Amino acid sequence: MRRLLAVLLENEAGALSRVIGLFAQRNYNIESLTVAPTEDPTLSRLTLLTEGDDEKIEQVTKHLNRLIEVVKVNDLTDGAHIERELMLIKIRTEDKEHREEIYRTCRIFRGDVVDVTPDSYTVQLTGPTKKLFAFMRSIGETSILEVVRTGVSGIARGDKILEL
Amino acid sequence: MTEMLSGGEILIRALQDEGVDRIFGYPGGAALHIYDALFKQQRVDHILVRHEQAATHMADGYARATGNPGVVLVTSGPGATNAITGIATAYMDSIPMIVISAQVPHDVIGTDAFQETDMIGISRPIVKHSFIVRSASEIPWLVKQAFYIATTGRPGPIVIDVPKDTTDPNELFEYSYPESVSLRSYKPALKGHSGQIRKAAVAMLKAKRPVIYAGGGVVQGSADDELVKVARLTGFPITNTLMGLGSFPGDDPQFLGMLGMHGTYESNNAMHHSDLIIAVGARFDDRVTNNPAKFCPGATIIHIDIDPATISKVIPADIPIVGPAKPVLADLHASLEAEMTKHPIDQASLDEWWRRIALWRQEHGLDHDQRDRTSESGQLLPQQVIQAVYRETQGEAFVTSDVGQHQMFAAQYYRFRKGRQWINSGGLGTMGFGLPAAMGVQFAMPDATVVCITGEGSFMMNMQELSTCMQYALPIKIINLNNQALGMVKQWQDMQYSGRYSHSTYSDALPDFEQLIRSFGHHSFTANTIEELDSVVEEAFSPKLKDKLVFINANVDPDEHVYPMFVRGGSLEDMVLTKGLA
Repeated sequence: MRRLLAVLLENEAGALSRVIGLFAQRNYNIESLTVAPTEDPTLSRLTLLTEGDDEKIEQVTKHLNRLIEVVKVNDLTDGAHIERELMLIKIRTEDKEHREEIYRTCRIFRGDVVDVTPDSYTVQLTGPTKKLFAFMRSIGETSILEVVRTGVSGIARGDKILEL
Repeated sequence: MTEMLSGGEILIRALQDEGVDRIFGYPGGAALHIYDALFKQQRVDHILVRHEQAATHMADGYARATGNPGVVLVTSGPGATNAITGIATAYMDSIPMIVISAQVPHDVIGTDAFQETDMIGISRPIVKHSFIVRSASEIPWLVKQAFYIATTGRPGPIVIDVPKDTTDPNELFEYSYPESVSLRSYKPALKGHSGQIRKAAVAMLKAKRPVIYAGGGVVQGSADDELVKVARLTGFPITNTLMGLGSFPGDDPQFLGMLGMHGTYESNNAMHHSDLIIAVGARFDDRVTNNPAKFCPGATIIHIDIDPATISKVIPADIPIVGPAKPVLADLHASLEAEMTKHPIDQASLDEWWRRIALWRQEHGLDHDQRDRTSESGQLLPQQVIQAVYRETQGEAFVTSDVGQHQMFAAQYYRFRKGRQWINSGGLGTMGFGLPAAMGVQFAMPDATVVCITGEGSFMMNMQELSTCMQYALPIKIINLNNQALGMVKQWQDMQYSGRYSHSTYSDALPDFEQLIRSFGHHSFTANTIEELDSVVEEAFSPKLKDKLVFINANVDPDEHVYPMFVRGGSLEDMVLTKGLA
């Protein structure tokens, strides 16, 4: 089962490498990982996408909590939550008709064209991972020159927050 | 008035303020400022080892015997990497240890400088936590945190990596040592959940076939007394893991012996047929459970452990209790007493349970005197040696071991009276641990009888420390069960590889141990027969040699196997008991 973990981590040198090392050491999988400092500069927030059944995720959570620099761990997939990911995608354009089609598709997906050359568009698209994949399918594999994704960031819906 | 000290001085001063009286180490370039600071003071005694691995095992033995963290000081690069095996050993057995590794100066970190290695990176998976010093001014706070983290919760080793520039004797800083420490991200449990403890007590009083399964957490948590009280109150059978031996008196009839791969017949059978297992400070290691899918099919599991990550890691717990063994067992005792007024123990079932256990014990127990046996070759049996040492030391010695057959024989036949008496590398299984660990124990307990039970294979992995023993006049008694082979490897090759001894023998390349030991100024004896064994053991432990290191080279039957032994992939009741039945 797909799981999205939100982790508060002391914003210290080497802390992130402990999290990543733990996943390697215990044979857990990291599908994607995003990390940046929060509004409190002493804390970093990670969103970590992994796979596993309940037992596995319980172990992952316990081992994360065992790391001294991990302040808090929450499984976002336990409740209602929002997931977003940003993608920059460079698309090869052939002729006027093709350029218009790409632009239309981009509008449908509420993407922004952020760079233009005579032969390409670079599009910025945000949304849940599924939407990014749907966009890529619509463009067609042969037109895609380059894809950069940030990985998933997540936050719980409603009043629930991850705090100290 | 504020004191102005250099980083090196601050480091040593912080150790003093933490109450450290002895460290184990080896100097080198990046550590020289620190060594100079050591030279200028008297409160911290430094033990010069011959190899950094041995320094870590000494600190480890010191910690296991006393409960206080062992402290190691090594230089950068090879000094640090040599310490790795000992750090991993301490990590696997949850031993509090502080390893201070010197590092090249900040301005050359990352340039592949002479004797540079990424110690924080290399040690990351085998430490509880680690720190790199950025400025001398933060050393007191880092040292304070290091000792706090190493000794609280589930104990473990901590590395402090100290770049040379932060110990510069020409840069002085104000010194003050923090009085207390509190970390928002680290809050170990101080006691167990009272509701869960009451639930455990109720389950215990309903049990018909209970077994208490106590491990290293009881020893490291100094909870022997509390364990004994719970066992006495209930009259339940009790077994120990390899790491838990000594937490319950080994010669007590209520004790079933060790469980697991080489556990006793009665202990493994009692576990398998139990309806309630009270696991305390144990982690359901694969050397205990055999095949987890077949583990104790009818048992409800109460699991008490300080580390939540250990609970339900291998075997799902029905009643999990997170907390240190000592307060949890004390609370459990109180809860049992309270509940017993309402629901007395099912004594009839318990009596019946003990009758079944007595039968198992009678059938294949290990209680008999091994002197009645003779080996096929007529040679001394390793079990006879352990029993002779047990008798001579009256079960009161600190015993360290290395890893292999001799370790299992010691665990089976030396009946430990109390926790901390039995010191071995259970988790990592580190050959070469025994001698330096015994040295650490002897440093901590100068007047105690300290025995190292080893095999010639393990002994040769750290025998350079005989020189350190000479320097510090350590009166350790080393019992070398010499079977001229890597006995446990050979046993597996007998049982699983049709006796193809791939690289497990070296009988034509062994040293003359008597000469070797004497060249370091120590005493040495050889025993080939039971009569010789009796006489050399008596002499080795006589008052005449009390202050001397004595080495007994006991030439034992090379074909002896350790039994019982698990049938691979089976349940706990599936055991091989003698040769030829595998």
